[in-house]
Amino acid sequence: MSGLFEEIHEQPAADVPTRRVSITVNGDKRVAQVEPRLLLAHLLRQGLKLTGTHTGCDTTNCGACTVLFDGKPIKSCTMLAVQADGHEVTTVEGLAGASELHPIQEGFKDEHGLQCGFCTPGMMLAAKALLEENPDPTEDEVRWALSGNLCRCTGYQNIVKSVMWAAKKMQAQSAS
Amino acid sequence: MYPSRFRYEAPRSIEEAIALLQQGGGEAKLLAGGQSLVPLLKLRFASPELLIDINNLPGLDYHKVDPDGTIRIGALCRHADLERSAILASRQPTMAAAAPLVADPIVRNRGTLVGSLCHADPQGDWASVVTALGGHVVAQGPNGRRKIPVSQFVTGPFQNALAYDEIAVEAVIPAPKGTVAGGYLKLERRVGDFATAGVAVAIERSGAVVTRAGIALTGVGSATIDATEAAKALVGSPLSAETIAQAAELAAGAAQPRTDHRGSAAYKRQIVRTFVERILTRVEQSSEKAG
Ligand SMILES: Cc1cc2nc3c(=O)[nH]c(=O)nc-3n(C[C@H](O)[C@H](O)[C@H](O)COP(=O)(O)OP(=O)(O)OC[C@H]3O[C@@H](n4cnc5c(N)ncnc54)[C@H](O)[C@@H]3O)c2cc1C
Repeated sequence: MSGLFEEIHEQPAADVPTRRVSITVNGDKRVAQVEPRLLLAHLLRQGLKLTGTHTGCDTTNCGACTVLFDGKPIKSCTMLAVQADGHEVTTVEGLAGASELHPIQEGFKDEHGLQCGFCTPGMMLAAKALLEENPDPTEDEVRWALSGNLCRCTGYQNIVKSVMWAAKKMQAQSAS
Repeated sequence: MYPSRFRYEAPRSIEEAIALLQQGGGEAKLLAGGQSLVPLLKLRFASPELLIDINNLPGLDYHKVDPDGTIRIGALCRHADLERSAILASRQPTMAAAAPLVADPIVRNRGTLVGSLCHADPQGDWASVVTALGGHVVAQGPNGRRKIPVSQFVTGPFQNALAYDEIAVEAVIPAPKGTVAGGYLKLERRVGDFATAGVAVAIERSGAVVTRAGIALTGVGSATIDATEAAKALVGSPLSAETIAQAAELAAGAAQPRTDHRGSAAYKRQIVRTFVERILTRVEQSSEKAG
C-alpha cells in the first residue's frame, strides 16, 4: 500500500505534497502518507479502517467522532491528520481487551445506554477520560463530561446510568 | 467535508512562524485550537494557501500571575486549562465564571483564549471578558512586540487589528489596584451553543467604593460591546440598588441586539439588563456578608 490518501475518494494530483505521519493508534504505531487537508476522523475511518469513529455532523457539534488525543477527548473531525503526527490516539476499538469488554462498554450493555448506537463510541471515550480524571463522579459531573456529545435516541438517562455503573465497577476492580 | 488544498507548515519557533506569515503575504492563516478555523475550512468559508500550525511552538501553553498581580495567558493555553485553573478560581472571578461556559468540554480541550480573541466572533465569550477587564493582546511581528488593548483589537465581526505578519502571543489582564469582584453570565439554548446574550462585569473596589468598572456584552451587536457608560455609572461610590439599576439600564441601552432564531431584540435587551443587575447584586450581597 502506498499513500493512504489513495484509498480515499479523491486522488491527490501528482504535484500535491503529502506528509508522512506516524501516529500511535490504540497502542500500535501506524504510519501514513497524507495530504495536509485530510481530517483525523477520515484517516481513522477510511485510511486505517477504524470505522468505530463515527462522523455525525461534520460541524464539531455532535461529538460522535470523539477520540482520545494524548488521553484527552477531542473531536477528530476538527483536527487535521498531520497534527496527530507523533501523538497517541485512542479510538473505541482500543477500549476492549483481548477477550473482555471494557467496564464502560459493559455498563452501556447492562444499563441499555444505547439505542441506535451512533453516538456511543464518542460517549464512551468522553466517559473514559472523565473516569481517569475523576474515578468517583457525581451524576452532574457525568452530565458535564458528556455535554459535548449529542444523542438523539435515548435521552441521556441511561447513558448517565451506564457511566455511573462503569465507575462503580472500575472502583471495585481497583480496590480488589 | 474536506477543506480545499493548502500548504501546511508546523514551525518550531515564533520567529519561524512570522517568517512564514511574511512568505504567505496575506494568504496564510495561523492554526491554533482549530475549533473555529477547521469548521470554516471545511465549509470553505476560509481557503488559505498556507496553513501555519502553531501548536508546536514551545512555551506558549501557560497562564500565570506576575508578582504584581498581572495575569498572562499564552497563545496555546486552552479553554480547559482556564476552566481548571486555581489561579483564576482564587483571583479572577469574571474569567473563572466564563471558562466553563465557552463551547463544550471537548471543544474546550483544544480551543484557546487567544484564538478566540483573534477570531473576533461577536458571540465569542472571551472578548467580552477581556474587554471588561481592560486587557490587551501582545502581538509579535518582524519588528518586535506591541500591545493592543482588546477594545481596539476587535475591529469588527471576525476582524482583528493584527497585521498579516503578526501573531498574537499572549493576552494580558492588568494587575488590579483594588479588591476584585465580578462575574460572567450567559444565556444559551443548550450546552455548546453560542450566547443568546452574555454579560461580563469586572469591578475593583477600595473599601466599599468602586474604583474601576468594566461591563462588556456578548452576542448583542456586530462585535463585542464595551458598555463604557454603564461601567462609569458604578465608579466613585459603593454599589447600591440605585447604581446597579442605573448601570443595568445603560448596558441594556448600549446593546444592539437583532431578532433572530435565538430570540427577539427586546428579549435580548432584557437579558442584558437582568444579567448586569444579577451579577452586581450578587457581588453586593456577598460583600455585605463578608463585611
Ligand atoms: C461546537 C462549538 C461551540 C462553540 N461555542 C462557543 C461559545 O459558546 N463561545 C465561544 O466564545 N466560542 C465558542 N466556540 C469557538 C471556540 O471557543 C474556539 O476555540 C475559539 O473561537 C477559537 O480558538 P481556537 O484556538 O480554536 O482558534 P482557531 O480556530 O485555531 O483560530 C481562529 C482564528 O484565529 C486566528 N488565530 C488563532 N490563534 C492566533 C494567534 N495566536 N495569533 C493570530 N491569529 C490567531 C486563526 O488564524 C483563525 O483565523 C465554539 C466552537 C465550536 C466548534
